[in-house]
Amino acid sequence: MKRFLWPLGIFALLVVVLVVGLVHAPDKGVIRSPLLGKEAPQFSLPNLNSGGEFVTGGQLKGAWHLVNVWGTWCFECRNEHTALLQIRQEGRVPIIGIDWKDEDESARSWLQQLGDPYSEIGTDHDGRVAIDWGVYGAPESFLVNPAGKVVEKWVGAMTPEIWQQKFLPHLAATGSGS
Amino acid sequence: MNARVLAVALGAWLWAAPLLAIDLTPPLADPKQQQRYVTLIHELRCMQCQNETLADSTVSLAADLRLEVHDLLAQGKSDDEVRDYLVSRYGDFILFRPRMSWRTAWLWALPGLLLLAGAVAAMRVLLSRARLLEGDTAPIDSDLDPK
Repeated sequence: MKRFLWPLGIFALLVVVLVVGLVHAPDKGVIRSPLLGKEAPQFSLPNLNSGGEFVTGGQLKGAWHLVNVWGTWCFECRNEHTALLQIRQEGRVPIIGIDWKDEDESARSWLQQLGDPYSEIGTDHDGRVAIDWGVYGAPESFLVNPAGKVVEKWVGAMTPEIWQQKFLPHLAATGSGS
Repeated sequence: MNARVLAVALGAWLWAAPLLAIDLTPPLADPKQQQRYVTLIHELRCMQCQNETLADSTVSLAADLRLEVHDLLAQGKSDDEVRDYLVSRYGDFILFRPRMSWRTAWLWALPGLLLLAGAVAAMRVLLSRARLLEGDTAPIDSDLDPK
């Protein structure tokens, strides 16, 4: 009987490893951003709505901001649009948009059609800023705290559930939001 | 006749192959830098299509990242500085060749440990069998005798 104990132990270990793997399977496609807890990358982008002015990373300091990377070519961005409009309406955090590798014209008509949840939009035509933010699939949303640090990131469409479960607790914890 | 058709087709294919090139980033002026560039894009992951390298991928993010690597090298950055920058943005996952750190050490340690465990197990089995033979002094026929 004792000779079966070893293989049985190894088998049990294997089962544990596989179960852990299965339980975490949904997160597997999502890469934890190394930016979490770090200073938000600096940037300076042409403003979509007022020519000449720039949207800069320096503006992020001093208050909470949601930075949302999107593009009119991105299918999931259309799906998250209602959620972003809701967040805007909630009024707790201004949303800074980074329009990633997009045409200014189509971006404007998209916002006219669907409504504009952004307080400001920078246009990242060559995708440099997106690389600096470690973006690999739009839409992506980053929560930046008043100290200018990235505290939360979500890859994929923003939904009211994700907003409430993953983002709002950060704001509640500091009692801030305005 | 057939051979000629084949030859023409092969020639056309060989001639057209460069047109299928994925990487449209302009080559670096210094051939040594270009060599480093080619090596780097072959060991960096395209984050959008996660099983391809930057060199293999046709998606636009890969093109942007190739350009980023190109420009960093042109600025005189070392290979490690380029890797460090990309890891600081995308994490270790962007490297197809994982780096030695406390988090990745088990990748190197595990095969050795498994080999050691196997060797220990094999030794124990062999030794226990050898001991069994030493004590077993009865004539071999008695084993077969049902009694």
